[in-house]
Amino acid sequence: MTNHWCDIQNSDCIIIVGSNAAENHPISFKWVTKAIDENGATLISIDPRFTRSSSKAHIFAHMRSGTDIAFFGGMIKWVLDDMEAHPENYNMTYVTEYTNAAFLIDPEFRTAAELDGKFSGFVPGDNPHFGKYDKSTWKWQTDANGIPLKDKTLQDPNCVFQLLKQQYARYDADTVCNTTGTDKEIFLKICETYAQTGAVGKSGTIMYAMGTTQHTHGTQNIRAYAILQLLLGNIGVAGGGINALRGESNVQGSTDHCLLFHILPGYLQPPLATDTTLQDHLDRVTAGFATSDPKSASWWLNYPKYYVSLLKSWYGDNATSENDFGYEWLPKLNPGTNYSHIALFEAMAAGTIKGLFCWGQNPAVGGPNSFAERQALHNLDWLVTVDLWETETCGFWQEPGLNPADIQTEVFSLPAAASYEKEGSIVNSGRWSQWRWKAVDPPGEAKPDLDIIVELMLKVIELYQAEGGPVADAVTELRWKGWYDSPAGKYGASDLTDLVSREINGFAEVDILNEDGSTQYRKGELMATFGHLLDDGSTSSANWLYTQSYNEKDGNRQKWRDNTDDHPAGIGLYSKWSWCWPVNRRIIYNRASVDLDGHPWDAEDFVIRWMGPETKWEGDVPDGGWPPMNMEGTRYPFIMKPQGFARIFGPDLAEGPFPEHYEPLESPIDNPLSGVQNNPAITVWRPDEIGDRNKYPIVCTTYRVTEHWQAGQMTRNLPWLVELMPQAFVEMSEELAAEKHISTGELVIIKSVRGKVQAVAIVTKRFKPFQLNGKTVHQIGLPWHWGFMGLSTGDSANTLSPHVGDANTMIPEYKAFLVDIEKA
Amino acid sequence: MAKAMLIDTYKCMACRGCQVACKAWNDLPAETTVNRGTYENPPALSEKTWTRVEFREVEAGGEVAWLFRKHQCMHCTQASCVSVCPTGAAMHHGEFVLIDQAQCIGCGYCVQACPFDAVHLGEPKGTARKCTFCLDRVTDGYEPACAKACPPGAIQFGDRGELIATGKGRVGELRANGHPNARLYGETELGGLHQLYVLTDKAAAFGLPEAPRVATRNVLGQWLSGFVTAGVLAALPFWLVIKRRQEMASSRGGE
Repeated sequence: MTNHWCDIQNSDCIIIVGSNAAENHPISFKWVTKAIDENGATLISIDPRFTRSSSKAHIFAHMRSGTDIAFFGGMIKWVLDDMEAHPENYNMTYVTEYTNAAFLIDPEFRTAAELDGKFSGFVPGDNPHFGKYDKSTWKWQTDANGIPLKDKTLQDPNCVFQLLKQQYARYDADTVCNTTGTDKEIFLKICETYAQTGAVGKSGTIMYAMGTTQHTHGTQNIRAYAILQLLLGNIGVAGGGINALRGESNVQGSTDHCLLFHILPGYLQPPLATDTTLQDHLDRVTAGFATSDPKSASWWLNYPKYYVSLLKSWYGDNATSENDFGYEWLPKLNPGTNYSHIALFEAMAAGTIKGLFCWGQNPAVGGPNSFAERQALHNLDWLVTVDLWETETCGFWQEPGLNPADIQTEVFSLPAAASYEKEGSIVNSGRWSQWRWKAVDPPGEAKPDLDIIVELMLKVIELYQAEGGPVADAVTELRWKGWYDSPAGKYGASDLTDLVSREINGFAEVDILNEDGSTQYRKGELMATFGHLLDDGSTSSANWLYTQSYNEKDGNRQKWRDNTDDHPAGIGLYSKWSWCWPVNRRIIYNRASVDLDGHPWDAEDFVIRWMGPETKWEGDVPDGGWPPMNMEGTRYPFIMKPQGFARIFGPDLAEGPFPEHYEPLESPIDNPLSGVQNNPAITVWRPDEIGDRNKYPIVCTTYRVTEHWQAGQMTRNLPWLVELMPQAFVEMSEELAAEKHISTGELVIIKSVRGKVQAVAIVTKRFKPFQLNGKTVHQIGLPWHWGFMGLSTGDSANTLSPHVGDANTMIPEYKAFLVDIEKA
Repeated sequence: MAKAMLIDTYKCMACRGCQVACKAWNDLPAETTVNRGTYENPPALSEKTWTRVEFREVEAGGEVAWLFRKHQCMHCTQASCVSVCPTGAAMHHGEFVLIDQAQCIGCGYCVQACPFDAVHLGEPKGTARKCTFCLDRVTDGYEPACAKACPPGAIQFGDRGELIATGKGRVGELRANGHPNARLYGETELGGLHQLYVLTDKAAAFGLPEAPRVATRNVLGQWLSGFVTAGVLAALPFWLVIKRRQEMASSRGGE
């Protein structure tokens, strides 16, 4: 989240899309309700079905799964048209001064409007429908100093603003509604209502979740929201933002600390095999952040300091300037090779990966095409699962219909402590790192994950020390032995958890002196801020974003529990409750919340404001302490971008600088917006497993319910929750049920090209057939919580979902695929 | 000052945290249920389920609405269960209605008499059981478990007079914002309820009686005279229940 759960209360208009917050983030509704009650906010729900969230909304719109870009592209078009007619209703200063709307783009660049669904530079692969882009035209024109050329009147035909208009000219209300299946009047009402947040001093927020991301164009769905928010001046302000509601309590923390394959802690980049030396890697990455504009902070130019500090944290005294701080030891990614969840399971299916650690994860239920993923587990020599219960993954060989004797995989199950049985930090969607204390001891032999991984790794290190190996140094040189096995007293730590928390913040690894010769840090002291991290090996930090979270002056700030609202505008930032990355900044990009003189757009609910050269900024921690835009020494607000401007034109993604609507891999119709059916930049893993729309005419989506949690092992074993939601179910419209002669409460079979599942039918008014250019298209939906083990068992809905992912992130397309249904 | 709860159906999002909190605090067992083609479960209140959220799908003028109402004992001032109870087990304790488990003979008159279907007989002792307003929390200054658990603050606990004022304010806001039939329920019904509702629509839309009536001893008398004419056959189950209860008590060693 750019903002925070609590900040939703400040919003004038809230869109919930790709999310069912009332069900899956019930606590968020405390703040949604407050915004409605106390701020007169309007709540808009956009969803394939009328949900518990929709029941609280002022406006509800049906939208076929997988058509967010059509919907939001239509909203962008509506706003652009209205902006032209009524610029006085919008914050045009924000658009021209803080976004790249005024940038002049390479005249050779072509939008998808000009090239029937593709942008300039497409290079087809073996299958001509899919390929990669040569992005050489996806760039802005620059002056002799390398600074982007701009037209602040936004009239130049090559400026981003005009190209945006061209890109979305096709997205008129009729075409949009024939794509999304939305009622046109409701669509227009939403455009008009939400556009009002574009007025100076108004704010609107977009709450989204997995319904947005789990598509072959998931990243571009979010880009579409971001472009709308930037046009309306809704980023950086109270009650605004792009707010990803994380699906688990610590997903934000896991991403920050690099659970995913394509990042290192703090969103640093993993080294590529082609980055031969540390300098190669740092040069390649920082070249992308180079700026010659003195007003651009381009914060990522500090990258080498964070990278070397990370290596120092991992390898300690063994990381020296002579050995590139251990860079050589790091495993490298082969450029172009995919290491995502889907790719790993394809490798298991192919027999190239023979062992798997499955840590707090249950892919036998939660993985896409879960039948295929369960089959892939059969090929493993060994499998280790670490979980609270025996999961379907751990017990995959017990699946009904299998003969365990036929399966040779050796399975180890390590019992883990639950969240209340261990101590440590947890990071919520709003980037707050909060300490959680242990309430009770874990049962039996269960241990905290940290203890398990430290014990395991110490054994692995001993084995490498004894037996050697091809890359033994990468393991034996780590700062583990003599460190994690005796944590008390290490750089002031009291125990293992405390040591790791301190390490994440970072230490001075040697005495560091001020310019006048006095001591700034003694060796082993905690770093006060990432501004003090260095690239010469004298500092360490396991995650630069968290430097300050645990410092010598304040102690462990994640333990702070003062819930007074100390913000001068009383907007509820609670800056003394836990700690928020970066540097306790509660609303990021907040320098965009003020005008060029530092006066807030919204004087009442301001985030920061300039109090003059003496007092400087008041309010939240500003995105850099530089003075306002009209003063000497200023910097542009979007400090993480090399040019300092928020990107309406975003050239970094795989499939284009603007979001373009493509149909899901499996779709009931031809793309109404262009001749390109699917996202041309995706990888199609199983071309023979694409469902035929004549055989599987119904759109299906998956979701969760309040009463169950993820793959279900934590809730399907609890009687009170099983009582509430006892069985797998599928929801469908009354019209579809009548067509198929299905009554509510009956068992039905749902089948896709990949498999079939059984579930209880809930026939409901909350699903409606879509009318798409005169064609009736039905959609159904089912929760994916069930599996074959536990107190409540049922078929896994993901047996139906495809093994295909987003072109940028590889998140699977769980949310839109084709099925058919029949009575069981 | 009489206490009460105000349940705002506009704010309730049917997460059912209240149902689980109720079972957790009162140590009530789970029921074995099936999906009957609805989110709603268990199918009804019972001796094991003292509160539940009812789900109602309605459609008017092409617009779908999903109405949620948390259902439980309403703690009536003119409480039918108290009126008809032959042993005095059902009683007022201040503003709350309780069933003294030591006095209850499991006759089931209160079950029949309750206009809200909030009292049920059953395990473990064959007695009548229902929501206690979490008296064991309220007397110690805590709010009831359901109110404590409610994420959007749809269940408010407090002084009844203040809650009525709050509720009237809410109704005014709702009427001005697209809910012309919004009303406060429970201010005067049955002499005043201690579970008050802010309803976004008519009472009937939420399955509530528009004008609930109290069952009186007089009604009971007429009913009993019917039993008398029916003779022994009618008295037999009554006697059996008492007998069973005595047996259960003696089998537990005179507990």
